[in-house]
Amino acid sequence: MTSTAPTGTRSADAPPIEIHDLHKHFGPTRALDGLDLTVAEGEVAGFLGPNGSGKSTTIRVLLGLLRATSGEARLFGADPWRDAVDLHRRLAYVPGDVTLWPHLTGGEAIDFLSRLRGKPDPRRKKDLLEAFELDPTKKARTYSKGNRQKVALVAAFATEVPLLILDEPTAGLDPLMEAVFTEHVRHAAAQGTSVLLSSHILSEVEKVCDTVTIIRAGRAVESGTLDELRHLTRSSVTAVVEGDPAAVARIDGVHDAVTAGDPEGTRLTFDVDNTAMGAVLTTLSGLGVRSFTAAPPSLEELFLRHYGDDVSDVGASGDGDAADGAGSRSGTGSGRGAGRHAAATTSEAGAR
Amino acid sequence: MSTAVAPPAVRSAEQARGATLTGTGSLVRFMLRQDRVRLTVWAVSVVFFYTYFTFALNLFFDDTAAMQGRAALMETPVGIVMGGPGYGLDDYSTGVAMSNEGITWMVLALAILSILHVVRHTRAEEESNRSELVRAAVVGRHAPAVAAVVTLVLAQAVIAVLSAGALVAVGDLAVADSFALTVGSGLSAMVFGAVALVVCQVVGHARTATGASLAVFAVAFVVRAVGDIRELGGSTLSWFSPIAWAQQMRAFVDLRWWPIALSVLAIAVLLVVAALLASRRDFGGSLVETRAGRADAGPALRGPLAMAWLQQRWALLWSCLGLGLMWFASGTMLPGIGDMIGDMVVDNPMLAQLFGADPSQLAVGFLSVLVLYGAVCCAAYAVVMAQRPKAEESSGRAEVVFSHPVSRHRWLGAQAAVAGVGTAVLLAVSVYALWGGAVIAGWGDQTFTDYSVVVWTYLPALAVFLGLVLALYGWAPRLTGIGWALVAYTFVVGMFGQVFDLPDWVYRVSPFDWVPEVFSGEPYAGDVAVLWAVAVGLGVLGFVGFRRRDLATG
Repeated sequence: MTSTAPTGTRSADAPPIEIHDLHKHFGPTRALDGLDLTVAEGEVAGFLGPNGSGKSTTIRVLLGLLRATSGEARLFGADPWRDAVDLHRRLAYVPGDVTLWPHLTGGEAIDFLSRLRGKPDPRRKKDLLEAFELDPTKKARTYSKGNRQKVALVAAFATEVPLLILDEPTAGLDPLMEAVFTEHVRHAAAQGTSVLLSSHILSEVEKVCDTVTIIRAGRAVESGTLDELRHLTRSSVTAVVEGDPAAVARIDGVHDAVTAGDPEGTRLTFDVDNTAMGAVLTTLSGLGVRSFTAAPPSLEELFLRHYGDDVSDVGASGDGDAADGAGSRSGTGSGRGAGRHAAATTSEAGAR
Repeated sequence: MSTAVAPPAVRSAEQARGATLTGTGSLVRFMLRQDRVRLTVWAVSVVFFYTYFTFALNLFFDDTAAMQGRAALMETPVGIVMGGPGYGLDDYSTGVAMSNEGITWMVLALAILSILHVVRHTRAEEESNRSELVRAAVVGRHAPAVAAVVTLVLAQAVIAVLSAGALVAVGDLAVADSFALTVGSGLSAMVFGAVALVVCQVVGHARTATGASLAVFAVAFVVRAVGDIRELGGSTLSWFSPIAWAQQMRAFVDLRWWPIALSVLAIAVLLVVAALLASRRDFGGSLVETRAGRADAGPALRGPLAMAWLQQRWALLWSCLGLGLMWFASGTMLPGIGDMIGDMVVDNPMLAQLFGADPSQLAVGFLSVLVLYGAVCCAAYAVVMAQRPKAEESSGRAEVVFSHPVSRHRWLGAQAAVAGVGTAVLLAVSVYALWGGAVIAGWGDQTFTDYSVVVWTYLPALAVFLGLVLALYGWAPRLTGIGWALVAYTFVVGMFGQVFDLPDWVYRVSPFDWVPEVFSGEPYAGDVAVLWAVAVGLGVLGFVGFRRRDLATG
């Protein structure tokens, strides 16, 4: 370790991934617009965002496939563009849409890729093939999308590396195989592997990730541990009270209050900022509560809060999907209306 | 109870039988729309070749002696293999030559069109699951296959009529014989299309189906050639080849129409067989199970170089085999051709410019044209192979490789090395095959060393093509097609440049212009050094550019 590292900033404690104010422009398009992202050692980081938000671009910059326009991206403290070859010995990557050599079998492709990394392990390959139920003797051109994905996953998990970069890796996998995938990510994390998991499947991220970064239009809009992020969000409350619920609706931090008749009094549903929960409970208790349920915020609500509105404002085609999602779950009342609140929480998150 | 239920059941069964063709009409329209560019290009190309050869034969053979020289050539085994059965050799004329020599190649081209068309619209569609969408709509089981055949018949009919028109208009040939030639060739080619349809029911993959159908054509080619060599004009064996059915109509010699019935009959039988097989298999299924491949890679598949070799080796092998045989055969024709051209040049000043006016240098002039053809083929190979990295990149396979510890230079170097060595091997095979053919036919004016000089001097010129495509790939991957423009330019300048008096630089742009005149004994070190410098410079430029640019990503 006494030899001078080529970058000068490389050190033993440099985090596996460190991105600061990263910009990447394709002509007039700003794919990344000041992105910040850090993955600490041993951490499983979720990277959330709809199609076209810049997730894959970020990952391709980290892999040295694209050159950053400006800003800083570091892998283990080194430059991912200049030191790509060295860095790639220490990471494995699974793209979201795997293309293989059509005339090679899946088994041959896995061996070829493992040998490129230099440490093929036939036993591990065999175990993974069994776990993912992949037939390695079929030519790649006959594989379905899910099976091509499995080839890349087996190749990635077949070698032990300190960093896994997974770009929507479960696209095309059935739920059983998703579970196998989750198990392997957990296993890798238990061994101390750091993971960057880009996804738009929120349940997957909730299951395995320690931290989450939400990206929108090339910029991180939320970032923190799952608990921290939940704290920033609202709970959905349904209560049946005897008294007049107008007082509750007036509390600062209560949103979308709706009242309806109920045999036992008045049914009141609303969303509440978690910071205002104390005030709400105090007020409610004075109204004669017959029943009370409070649903904790899910990551999905958090996500929709950032994507459920302002489609025109961003104009990115990918945002349309999320907007549709918000529309379809309008029954919860936390879709478009709630999104207007996002700016406040964003600045708060930025300050932390 | 059974009486109450039976009548509707019978009716629906009848409906189902009749309904296997539902939707054929719309599919025909859809396929024609999908293929409007592809089929137009095919039609224009085929008609162009008919026109070109008719025109060329008229031009080259406007004197009887030359025509008889060519006829003598067509009696040799090589003439029979590369040409036809040898009808009407005593009175060889443009029409007879078209019929005798042209049919084999026209049937080849049209058979390739038929096979590709049928496979593309049946098995390939099924394999890609597109046809699943179509078949889920109100479309009968046999409709896609029937629509493919109908569109093929339409395309072949249009091509046959236009081609016959070209023969009549350009060559001033007999109308009935012209139509016999083109319609006969088209039907003979469609036999192979019908074979492809049968094969598509048997095997599970489009590529396998195409390969197997082409193999059937190859067998038909050999059977026809061997049959005709046994007996001038064709022996019994010849009749087992569909190619012979077009040739045996004896257009322009002694026209008879009945052999065309053989093609029609064969097509009908094959279509019935295909329909029977199709009814017996599942959608997407095949009658022959696909063999399982290896579960583990062989020990040699290690690194980008091995992968590049794996991807290019079959193309190299087939190119060497095909072009090698072609140049070998051309070599064996040298002695005869020398005399033939001798007669021609005396009468035709334009040909004299092409092959050289000095009679003693005629054979060398002709050889240099052959070498030019061979080198242009190698240049085309170099351009195709130098574009392989682009396909790897745009497909996303390069992205997977580059997420491993593989540098840009190592990967591109591997691709370029395999392409470069392949081009060199192909050049050597072509030139030495020409030499081998010439020696066997007793033409020993040029030695092995002379041919080796040709290899050494053309090598850097071909490297320029490779370097150009690499440079374009490194800096502007969208423009790699310019490589093709240079191939076309080089061919035109090399072939017809002497006929026109153009500014010097027009010639100098062509890399082949820097190569010394073949078998001239001119010193070449300086020009060859320039070519190497340009090639290496372009190549380095490409590597620098590729290291600097973003990878194209989906």
